[in-house]
Amino acid sequence: MSDMQFGVFTVGDVTQDPTTGTTPSEAERIQATLAIARKAEEVGLDVFATGEHHNPPFVPSSPTTLLGHIAAQTERIILSTSTTLITTNDPVKIAEDFSVLQHVSGGRADIMLGRGNMGPVYPWFGQDIRQAVPLTVENYGLLRRLWREEVVDWEGEFRTPLRGFTLAPRPLDGVPPFVWHGSIRTPDIAELAAYYGDGFFANHIFWPASHTKRMVQLYRRRFAHHGHGSAEQAIVGLGGHVFMRRNSQDAVEEFRPYFDNAPVYGHGPSLEEFSSRTPLTVGSPAQVIEKTLGFREYVGDYQRQLFLVDHAGLPLKTVLEQLDLLGEEVLPVLREEFAAGRPADVPAAPTHAALLRARRPEPTPVSGATDKRRE
Amino acid sequence: MTRLAIISGGLREPSSTRLLADRLEAAVRTALEAHPGEQVESSFVELRPLGRAVMDATLTGFPTGPLEDAFETVASADGVIAVTPAFNASFSGLFKCFFDVLPEETFTDMPVLIGATGGTERHSLVLEHALRPMFSYLHAIVSPRGVYAATDDFGAQTNAALGQRITNAATDFARLVQGCGTRQRRDAFTEELTAMQRLLGGSPGGGA
Repeated sequence: MSDMQFGVFTVGDVTQDPTTGTTPSEAERIQATLAIARKAEEVGLDVFATGEHHNPPFVPSSPTTLLGHIAAQTERIILSTSTTLITTNDPVKIAEDFSVLQHVSGGRADIMLGRGNMGPVYPWFGQDIRQAVPLTVENYGLLRRLWREEVVDWEGEFRTPLRGFTLAPRPLDGVPPFVWHGSIRTPDIAELAAYYGDGFFANHIFWPASHTKRMVQLYRRRFAHHGHGSAEQAIVGLGGHVFMRRNSQDAVEEFRPYFDNAPVYGHGPSLEEFSSRTPLTVGSPAQVIEKTLGFREYVGDYQRQLFLVDHAGLPLKTVLEQLDLLGEEVLPVLREEFAAGRPADVPAAPTHAALLRARRPEPTPVSGATDKRRE
Repeated sequence: MTRLAIISGGLREPSSTRLLADRLEAAVRTALEAHPGEQVESSFVELRPLGRAVMDATLTGFPTGPLEDAFETVASADGVIAVTPAFNASFSGLFKCFFDVLPEETFTDMPVLIGATGGTERHSLVLEHALRPMFSYLHAIVSPRGVYAATDDFGAQTNAALGQRITNAATDFARLVQGCGTRQRRDAFTEELTAMQRLLGGSPGGGA
């Protein structure tokens, strides 16, 4: 796998196709999600990530069930989330679910944590929205220990204490899944990621580049401050949103009704205005390549690029065509161009194999060299 | 130097709301500059040209171009004069939407002089029922006297009465602005970050 990972992330929305008036059933949407994941691997993408939602019109309420199934049908692609709710999921259950996913997928699992932005979800899982931030910090602190310590004695404010608890199964090869912290707008998530030396994923889409730039700069600065390496060595991921046809004008015409009716986009600024202000790219593969390569100019060399390709009621057939275009025309150029001029000390995207190598003691110690990675 | 931002929610051109805003600004400037060496820099934020940008920001969650500039003008002020037409017993929808999309903490500790215009004087309590509670909610320091101007107030015979109300309100507000001094900007971004740093600092075994 190259220094940079490319993939797709899905929200898992069940949305009416505004051009036909048909709405897929939950069953159809879930099957479509599986088909998208398989196709993502087939076209050479590196990552498939699913969101977690607990209310209609979304279907992915149990991400590791979905990812476990995909693991069985794929060979190579990394399975991740976008995001796993660190607030409302019990950290013990997250630790177990993702340990199992690591084992069944042969080390192809990582995780992106987020707070979630839907207030009503908290009481469904017995939690208090007013405590969202302290809950995030406490739950994540516990999750880290569960994956790293054989026997955990733990007391906190928000859940019952653990006495002599041992996670089963232990993480694959004793290496915890790599953790990304996903954020749309709050700087405290950048601080949390930097504090622990974890990855920081800026959602990026729906917001202007200036906002993402500020957040990533903050994360990089704080990553260095907390002693995990230089700012350039911080692990950054970005979202992106594309719709392509070979001919740019065809893409705009076909996507416009989806944009105009999408819950997150519609009825405000036009497609053109939104495209000029945010990472949204609707056009030819060449335009997608150009805009995506431009992200590096304001976040620096980074590790993971995920695209949203399957929302707003786009039919499965169209989404699969998008993945073909990504794999055939966009990906080879992005891989080559992103690799060109990438400084040697910018870390490669995290994988289980790389984390395992980093953990093993160096066979021949090099004098003066220090490994700044923590795991 | 004192920086004033004047927010005018008038929708027509010429607008009686802007007219009231101008007179309030002039009166406040006179009251402040009565003190030797005091200088006032005023910036006007007209909401009508920002109408689409305000609604876009309501839907998308982020401001663009001129609206960002307007936010900056307000956030960097030492005092704000805010004037709206009265519509259906409240402020205009555009006026409210502007404050709905303004970044959090922009008005914390901000001295504010409120004003409103309307067709008849029967709506004058809109100042007390709509504007004052909203600015209190935003943690602004609302000057005790606001100014309401009905169409009749702009007639020649009653102009003296409106003029006196403007002078009284401006004198109060000038004292308030002086008392508060140069305003320390509040920034929700930095405050959230500081809160997280404090939380992590206190978490057991944190840095491991």
